[in-house]
This record gives sequence, structure tokens and C-alpha cells, in this order.
Amino acid sequence: MKSRIVFVIVMLALLAGCAKPTPEAGPEAPRVLRVMVYDSFSVSEDVIARFEAENNATVQFLKAGDTGKMLNQAILSHDNPQADVLYGIDNTFLSRALNADIFKPYKAQNLTAIPVALHLDPDYRVVPTDFGDVCLNYDKAYFDEHALPVPQSLVDLTKPEYKGLLVVENPASSSPGLAFLIATIGVFGEDSDAEYSYLDFWADLRANDVLVVDGWDTAYYNEFSGGAYSEGVRPLVVSYATSPAAEVYFSEGALTEPPTGAVTAPGTCFRQIEFAGILKGTENRDLAEAFIEFLLSADFQADIPLQMWVFPANPNVTLPQVFVEFALEAAQPAEVPAAAIEANREQWIEAWGDAVLR
Amino acid sequence: MPDNTDHESRKVVRHSLLTTRHLLLVLPLLFLVLFYFYPLGAIFRVSLTWDGGPALDALLRRLFGSTTLRTLGFTLGQALLSTLLTLLLGLPGAYVVARYDFPGKRLLNALTTVPFVLPTVVVATAFTAVLGPKSPLNTVLMNALNLAHPPLDLRYTLGAILLAHVFYNYTLVLRIVGSFWANLDPHLEQAARTLGASPWRAFVEVTLPLLLPALGAASLLVFIFCFTSFGVILILGGPRFATLEVAIYRQAIDMGNFPLAAGLSFVQILCTLGLTVVYTRLQGRLARPLDLRPRWVTQRKPRTASEIAFVLANVVLGAALLGLPLVTLAARSFDAGLRYYTALFENPRGSIFYVPPVAAVGNSVKFALGTMTLALLLGMLTATALYRRKQGWILDALFMLPLGTSAVTLGLGYLLAMARPPLALRGTPALIVFGHTLVALPFVVRNVMPALQSIRPSLREAAATLGAPPARVFAEVDLPIVWRALAVGGVFAFTVSMGEFGATSMIARPELPTIPIAIYRFLSQAGALNYGQALAMSTLLMAVCVTGFVAIESLRPPGSEW
Repeated sequence: MKSRIVFVIVMLALLAGCAKPTPEAGPEAPRVLRVMVYDSFSVSEDVIARFEAENNATVQFLKAGDTGKMLNQAILSHDNPQADVLYGIDNTFLSRALNADIFKPYKAQNLTAIPVALHLDPDYRVVPTDFGDVCLNYDKAYFDEHALPVPQSLVDLTKPEYKGLLVVENPASSSPGLAFLIATIGVFGEDSDAEYSYLDFWADLRANDVLVVDGWDTAYYNEFSGGAYSEGVRPLVVSYATSPAAEVYFSEGALTEPPTGAVTAPGTCFRQIEFAGILKGTENRDLAEAFIEFLLSADFQADIPLQMWVFPANPNVTLPQVFVEFALEAAQPAEVPAAAIEANREQWIEAWGDAVLR
Repeated sequence: MPDNTDHESRKVVRHSLLTTRHLLLVLPLLFLVLFYFYPLGAIFRVSLTWDGGPALDALLRRLFGSTTLRTLGFTLGQALLSTLLTLLLGLPGAYVVARYDFPGKRLLNALTTVPFVLPTVVVATAFTAVLGPKSPLNTVLMNALNLAHPPLDLRYTLGAILLAHVFYNYTLVLRIVGSFWANLDPHLEQAARTLGASPWRAFVEVTLPLLLPALGAASLLVFIFCFTSFGVILILGGPRFATLEVAIYRQAIDMGNFPLAAGLSFVQILCTLGLTVVYTRLQGRLARPLDLRPRWVTQRKPRTASEIAFVLANVVLGAALLGLPLVTLAARSFDAGLRYYTALFENPRGSIFYVPPVAAVGNSVKFALGTMTLALLLGMLTATALYRRKQGWILDALFMLPLGTSAVTLGLGYLLAMARPPLALRGTPALIVFGHTLVALPFVVRNVMPALQSIRPSLREAAATLGAPPARVFAEVDLPIVWRALAVGGVFAFTVSMGEFGATSMIARPELPTIPIAIYRFLSQAGALNYGQALAMSTLLMAVCVTGFVAIESLRPPGSEW
């Protein structure tokens, strides 16, 4: 009996150990700024520490799932927001965020350093922070061995020599998958009366034995053959233009050249631009504004590449060596307006499913 | 008039027990209302009054359209097939666990529960290694038959889904049925055999009817798990398959169509409720008091050659089914020696989100112990209050609902309901424990209920007549007998919390990352080191769980030899 009581007490003590420690309130206690981010967001500790010191603030990050999950949480709780700032809405979700009216406009001073091509909201409700290109990646060894030229356009993928070589992500469940679908819409158009629409392209891809899987990690690690740790047999995958650089960096010196390459030819990629904005209902407006300026500052911008493997929006910051050598930018990414993406997303994905899966 | 006084005293005992039972239910019901119905009501209310949502008739047309019906049909069909297959493969294993004692049994038992905690992404990797185009089996076949392409590829088929569901749920049948079976008197079956029944007939006519309560409980849990399957369907089944759970996620998260997502959730909950009510109604009729026997009476070492062969066959089946993918995972985490493990302790890029492995393990274990404690407490109260009540089946079914409710719906409900008083718990660690407990509770109830129902009422009445107060009757009669069932329920509660990622990723606190969260973080970037660290972290998760299971099962009240 006694041991049972001890057991219960230990359990309760452990439970109590989980309880939140109360922050000590000093005379000049730093203010807390809450920032909502997606799961793969990352930043250097010292960069944030500098912001905190300069503004007498404590930054609390709230990871809220992938971009879609994060945005929907922000929309659902707009009356009583979980955070002051939201980071990481991309152009495929931008319209939904703007329509839901969750942001407070703020015209950041540091915005002048950002190329105009990245400004997608003329009303300054969000600011562009970074961008990354979703592009085809290929297994260098396979194409060398088979003396096969690397495809240089999307149409190339429907040729017989590339039959059974490509794996893509399902646009219904994957962000790069959706980006690639949008790229095909940008290139071929969605008009089903046209001579060759995106659905015709996908029907041809299907005939050419394209493999569709759930998400990027399954595609890259389980189906693609090119990565240093890839289990699969298909030498072409939809990934990011920076993936080859990541291969070198995370090989810890084992590789001096990436085992993979990215196809960045015109009309083969889609550019994901990411945005941050101040959430309506914040009680720390000035601090949130300072944070937006900080996100666009050289200090934070230079930290982006190695933390998140995308390009900083500010073209003037120094890129790390591995980016300079191995990370590519798409030459002319396919273009589809954000409003069209939001308006047609479901219908595109449905039609795509009918063409490719059923 | 000895009869009369006996009758009177029984009545008094019954009456006092009944009042106590009503009181016991207060806490579990309060918990269910606050952490299930309240958030669910919040998300349904907001969804159905959503601005810019489709008109009601358009919504209903889609909700009852052919796509939904097809999805519902597939969801039910695959769940049924998965449950049957799991029962078929799990029952012989449960028999072996119940009747035989052999070296390494406890460890094997613990290992079968490991799949339960593993994230699907990681399992998919293991399955690819074992079943995929580059698997050793395919290599052998390609060499032997001189083939240019791998002949076997189960991935992205219904077969892969079923196999994965067996992989995840085998342990439910093994443990729930096995622990119940272990206390059944083997002499009953032996008596039937002596009277000339074949072994098959003796099993079907004597043992099977007695096992039904545990079989029903295990089947129900397996079915609901497969019914709400998400990761397995998406990752191993591929894009051609979708369950209601997948459809709800897509509508809520990708399309932002909250009204449709709520409608689909409602259909899902109704299905769970219907199914559970049928089960809880039957449960009362299936259950009968038994003369239970302690394990040292029912278990022995396998003796004859055929017995040893049978035990071995089951161990080999379990090892092939569960062990092979797990061992493959663990082995691959050592591909670079210890590098993937040492890398866990480094933070070369100075990321603010770096998760020290010790902290991740600590957080996971703390949440899991908290969940286990709360689930055991509430589960024991619920089962004690409900197991002999005539109308208990309605409430019993309600407690099962959280398990059959879409994680994303519940997660969004938490987000809304826990944001402001009276329950301003958003962002507190306690909310994570509450969320996990909601899902863990059914496991405890389903394990404990058949055990409680199998106790002869005369045992309790005898104790009460001898003057023992209800609490003492419980401690001295019920507890020693249901302890095994509690331990198994506790293991599952612990496991549910260790592996949970879906619902709590919405309410988790970034400064308290758990092991699954760390695994997902590594898997989101290219490069050997990221992948290796995900494998290392997964192996760590397995190790922590096995340690936890063995520890939980070694805890038992002194004097209990059951």
C-alpha cells in the first residue's frame, strides 16, 4: 500500500514539474513579443538576442504547423490572436490571409532595400522577407551513367526517355507539390479549350509513369535516388533550387560537390515568396513594427540562408559560401497571380486529381 | 430468517455502492465536457457561421455527394479489413502470451508496443527499406531471376495500408486479449477436451465466448484507430486513397473550407458513436463473471515439440512483422557510426530552435507520465462507475468519442475554446496533458472494464458483508484483479502521449519540444545529416518507450501475483 502511495506522489510531483514557471517581474521587465511561425522556421540565437537587447524585449516564437495550418489558426483566432507578428505566409496562401483581413498595415522603412518584384501587397499589410524556388532536382550520377541530357523544359518530362523517372508531391497535401502544379498552370495555362492545357500536360506525365507521393520528405528520401541518403530509384524529383547546396552542407565535408543538380531553366520553376505581417489585435504595436524592421534588416536577412535554405529578400546581404557556390536561382519562374491561386486552388487540385489519380 | 437478513444486507451494500458510483463519475464527466464537448462545440459553432462559407444547400449537396460517400465507403472498408487482419494475426500471439512463459517474453511484449509511438514518416522509411525497390528481398530476386526491375513493390497499394495498420495495432490485440486470456482458467478448455471435443471445437465453444469482452474491446480500438487513420493513408497509401480524416484535414487546412470540414467531422463522429453504441450495448451481454486464475496457474513453459514450434512461429511472425522495420531503422541510425547521435548534441548554426536531445526526452517523458497518471485516475473512476450500470452504455460510448474524432477538428476547437476564460489554458503545458489524456482515456477504460466485469459480485459482497467499507473492498478485491488491465491501459496511455503529434502540434509550446517534434524538424530539410539525426532521434524514442513499458509493468501492488 505504501509503495502505491509513493508512486502516486511521484507521479503528481512530475505532473507539477510540468507547470509553467511564473516570470519574475522586475522594474524594467522586458516586454514580450509573440511571433507565430511555421514549423521549419529557424533563426540564430544571437541574432534574436541582439533584437531583444536593443528593444528590451523577449521574443517568444510559436510554431504552428505548416503554412496552411498556421494561417488557418491565425484566421480562426483573429478575435483573440495568439501572437503579435505572423511570419511565413507564402504567395500561394497570401490571398486567403489578405481576404481574411488579419493584418495591420505598416509601411516599413527597410522595405526600400527589397526588390519591387517581391512586393505583392500594395497596401503594406505584409512585407516580403525571403523567397525560394521550387524546381526539378536530378540525380547527377544517373544522368551521367545513362548519357541522358537533363530535361530543360516541362514538356521534356513527357518524352519517352524520361519515362518512369519523375516523382512529384501531391499538391493537395504538399506545399512544393502545389507550387509545381502552379508552375505547370503558369506555363501551359488552364484553358481546357486551348490546344495544350496543364491538364493535357499532366495526362501526358501520367502516361509517362509519373509517381505521386504525399509529401516532400517521402519524395526526396524514399523515392528520389540522388540525395546522399535517398532510398529511391527515381532520378528526378520536385524539390528546391537550394537542395543541392544543402546536400553539400549537411554532408559535413564528405561531399565537395553536390550529388544532385537543380533545373532552373526558364518556365520550369515556381517562386515561393514568404511574407510577414503584424496581426490585428496586438497590444505591442510599436514592438511589432520594430520587429518587422528587424526582419528586413541586414542582420536577420543574412541569417536566413543557412537557417531556412531560402534566399533573403534583400539582394545586398552577403550569402554564405555554400550558397554562392551551389545554390541556384530560377531564371524565369512561372508566374501566376496570388489572387488567382486562392480563387482556383481547390478546383485546380480537383481537376488535377481527376487527370492524374483516377 | 437467515435468508432475509442476507437479502437486506445485500440491498444496503448495493445501494451504497450505487451512490458512490454516481459520485465517481463527476470528475470524468466534467473532464469530458470541458475538454471534449466544449472545444468541439466552439469549432462547430464558428465553422457553421463562417463568413463567406458555402450556402447551406450547397454544403449539404457536397456533404452527401458521391465524393463523400466514396470516401466514407473506403474509410469503413479499409478499417474493417485492417481490423480482421490484425485479429487474425494477433490472436495466436495473444494465446502464446497468455499461456506460455518463455525467456525474453517481457521484452518482446514491450517491443510490440513500440510501433505505436513512431511517426508515420519514419515508419514509411522503414517500410521502404524492407518492402521497397531496393529491399534485400528484391535484390535477391533480381539476381536470381535476372530481372531488370524489382519485382516486388507493395508501396502505394491497399496492401501497404493494411500491413501498416497491422504493424501499428498488432500490440492492441496482443496485449488486451493476451492479458485477459492469461487469467482464464485453462481447465475449462481441458475439460471440454477430456469430454472428446477437438482442440478447435474446444476453442470455439469454450474459450472464444469467454474471450469475447476482451476481443470486442480490442477490435473496437483497432477499428476506430484505422477508421481515423491519417499518416498511414497519406504516406504509405499514396494520393489515390483518402479517409474521412484526410478529407477533413484537406478541407480545413488546405482549402480553408471550415463549414465542409465541420460537416465531415460530424459524419465521422456519428459513425464512431454508432459503432461504439453497438459495442457498449453488446458488452454488457457478452461479459460474464468468471473464476479468474492467477498467472502462475495458467502459464507454463512450452514443453512438447509442437508447443515450442507454435511459440517460435508466433515469435518469428511478430519479429518479421514488427521487428524487421524497427531493427532496420535502428541499424540505419548507426550508418555513420555514432555521428548522427553526437550531432544531436551540437548546434553549429546557433539556431534558437535547437532541441537538446535530453530536453526533448525529458519533455516527452514528463507529458507521458502526466497523461498516464491522469488517464489512469479518470479511467479507473469511469470504469468503476459504469461497469454494472444498466444505462452505463450511453456514457461509456461518449467516453470513446475523442478517439474517433478528427485530430485537426479537435485541435482547432482547443485553439478557440481555450483562448479565454473560463478555460484560458492556451499555451500551457497542462493543456497538452489534457489533450493527450482525452485520447488515452478510452484505452484505460476499454482495458479495465472487461476485467471489472469478470469479477464475481459474490466476492465483493462477501467482503462487504464481512464489514469492509467500499474503498477497502475495491483495494482488496478489485484492485489486485484489475491491476494487469490497469498496467496495460497505463502503457497505452504513456504511448499515446509519447507518439502524439497531430492534435498537439497546434497547442504545443515551442520551448517544450517533444521527441516527435524534433524528428519532424530534422526531416524537413535535405542532406544526410538531417536524415541521420531523424533516425537517431527515432531510435532514441524507441529506447525510451521500451524502458518506460518495462518499468510500468514492473510496478505492481505488493501481494499481487496476478
